[in-house]
Amino acid sequence: MELSGSQMVVEALKRESVKVVFGYPGGAIMNVYDEVYKQDFFEHILTRHEQAAIHAADAYARSSGNVGVAFVTSGPGFTNAVTGLATAYMDSVPMVVISGQVPITMIGTDAFQEIDAVGISRPCVKHNYLVKKAEDLPRILKEAFYIARSGRPGPVHVDIPKDVTAQIAKFEYPETIKMKTYKPTYKGNVRQIKKAIDAIVNAKRPVLYIGGGAINSNASEYIREFAKITGIPAVETLMARGVMGHDNPLLLGMLGMHGCYSANMAMSEADLMIAFGPRFDDRVTGKLSEFAKHAKIIHIDIDPSSIGKLVNVDFPIVGDLKNVVEAMNPLAKERVDPSKYKSWRDLLNRYNEIHPLKYEDSSENIKPQWVIERVGELVGKDAFISTDVGQHQMWTAQFFPFTFPRQFITSGGLGTMGFGLPAALGVKRANPDKISINFTGDGSILMNIQELMTAVEYNIPVINIILNNKFLGMVRQWQTFFYEKRYSSTDIEVQPDFVKLVESFGGVGFRVKTKEEFDKALKDAIECNKVVMIDVHVDRMENVLPMVPAGGTLYNMMLEYKE
Amino acid sequence: MDNQRRVLSVIVMNEDGVLSRISGLFAGRGYNIDSLTVAPIPNTEFSRLTIVTSGNQRVLEQIIKQLHKLIPTYKVIESDTFVEKELALVKIPLNEDFSGLDMMLKAYNGTVAASGENYIVIMIADDSKKVGNFLKAVKKYNPTEIVRGGSVALDV
Repeated sequence: MELSGSQMVVEALKRESVKVVFGYPGGAIMNVYDEVYKQDFFEHILTRHEQAAIHAADAYARSSGNVGVAFVTSGPGFTNAVTGLATAYMDSVPMVVISGQVPITMIGTDAFQEIDAVGISRPCVKHNYLVKKAEDLPRILKEAFYIARSGRPGPVHVDIPKDVTAQIAKFEYPETIKMKTYKPTYKGNVRQIKKAIDAIVNAKRPVLYIGGGAINSNASEYIREFAKITGIPAVETLMARGVMGHDNPLLLGMLGMHGCYSANMAMSEADLMIAFGPRFDDRVTGKLSEFAKHAKIIHIDIDPSSIGKLVNVDFPIVGDLKNVVEAMNPLAKERVDPSKYKSWRDLLNRYNEIHPLKYEDSSENIKPQWVIERVGELVGKDAFISTDVGQHQMWTAQFFPFTFPRQFITSGGLGTMGFGLPAALGVKRANPDKISINFTGDGSILMNIQELMTAVEYNIPVINIILNNKFLGMVRQWQTFFYEKRYSSTDIEVQPDFVKLVESFGGVGFRVKTKEEFDKALKDAIECNKVVMIDVHVDRMENVLPMVPAGGTLYNMMLEYKE
Repeated sequence: MDNQRRVLSVIVMNEDGVLSRISGLFAGRGYNIDSLTVAPIPNTEFSRLTIVTSGNQRVLEQIIKQLHKLIPTYKVIESDTFVEKELALVKIPLNEDFSGLDMMLKAYNGTVAASGENYIVIMIADDSKKVGNFLKAVKKYNPTEIVRGGSVALDV
């Protein structure tokens, strides 16, 4: 059949079973929006800023596992989207972002709203395309979705000039992918897997180091089984929270800069590290030369460039984590005796008893950690949790009782403030039966506050909980520790009235200064089924602890801060 | 860790923007490019890039993996048995004394590529190190311009 370029975009999205698109129109992408208007297969959600459209599509993808889709226009529409693309790229999120471009005949003339979009997006996407003619669109869109979701997932950017969206050409959506140059490896090498099992059998102090790849490959079930079969204790990165489940006796907790003592000590004292899809981020490893320095390393990852990038690996296995762990499980069952590691587990449990994750509760004011624990108690299993970036993000990672994979939606790699509110929208659209909570800070929330309007317009009831300490808290904490309390540009006591603010958008606001008020506010928030902002005034000077200072070693944590 | 020189032959789809993906990768990750040549492979949809780079073992390994990771990359060939050649052109004013030049051209597979009223242009093709030596030696003829072509290599 013959279609215009714009009709092809809509048709391709149907073929890919896309249900929701987030976006913002503009001159160069108007032809596409005209076709969006005429169809009723997918819903289009108009965010109030292009960055938010990308974050919403990103969180839609993170929470559902499906490819997220967003539309933006050329020029500023696209440049606004770049932070979103980079955020998704750093955390390996499958997305297809389609941008308008000035007509091909005007490219290179510094036309109105022209920018070299593929030139800008190149380092922050998995792949990108500038579409030169409409007849290429079916193949390019098919490839874009395939590349986004296969291998190590990531965002793909498709830039379509306005005249291409108007061109008529033959539309034949390819059934299969024919790419000579892109073939991800899914199955692990059997001999390498056997060697890895040998190493596990010979180990005395093995530890599972679980990263975001465990979420992306949907390997959680198999990893829980592996841990159970082998009795090997596990630590999770920020991106892997929820893989093991908080009540799993083999889970020590999160490791890294704000990891718990037992998790970091497990890494430091282990003689074998079994790395399930992590990427050895500096916020996890601390000083690299001291990181797990007694351990031999098994590293399983679908991205070969992730293996050996930062540390030397003894047993590299390239493949899809789920496939590889599934293949490991029967071998492990045959050969690994879980009782062998009992004294190792006992030691780590003792570490946890000596230095558990803790905070000092107070009767005078609300501690931010208490809020997170309380939400966990009240709605733990029924809610998806998004965050912004900063202290509240780390406290959430530490104290929220995550029970299932994809429950925790956070910008880990790029650390993008302003991610949380649009993310909560995307999560709620993908999971309408679950509660969508965004833990945020008084700094972060103002970075995409306009999305309250989107949430109200489309009736997407998200609950924003501001842990309000009237500081850019994480930077303030570093200033306290490392800059002799010179609070340069971090005191933000000047604030809007968050209750009135959300009300002006048509939502519901609560101001909370006591625990009782918080319980009531959360209950009302869930019952009212509206867009909610709970402004919780918390202890201003609370710090995220324990902490490994940047470049420090995991076995030398700052457990408490003394003046 | 020691810096090593490495020649890579990279086969990529011959399509728009592929060169900027590769140069962007090197620039963005702080890798060195000592030389880079690119041309289509006849009768195929591919191009061959020959990249001369340097770095320690881990960096070189990452360069190869990151090149592989680019979607249009078909193959990254690294070999100990490359035959590697580089072309250089040198422009010398005619008023120079050319004694000994003939011998030098012979020694480096060189010829006179062009001559004009005031200049001759000589051309040599040899491995990269020898080209370097030649360009040092040729200085005594006071060349006005020198251009090196960058290495091309084939696995034998």
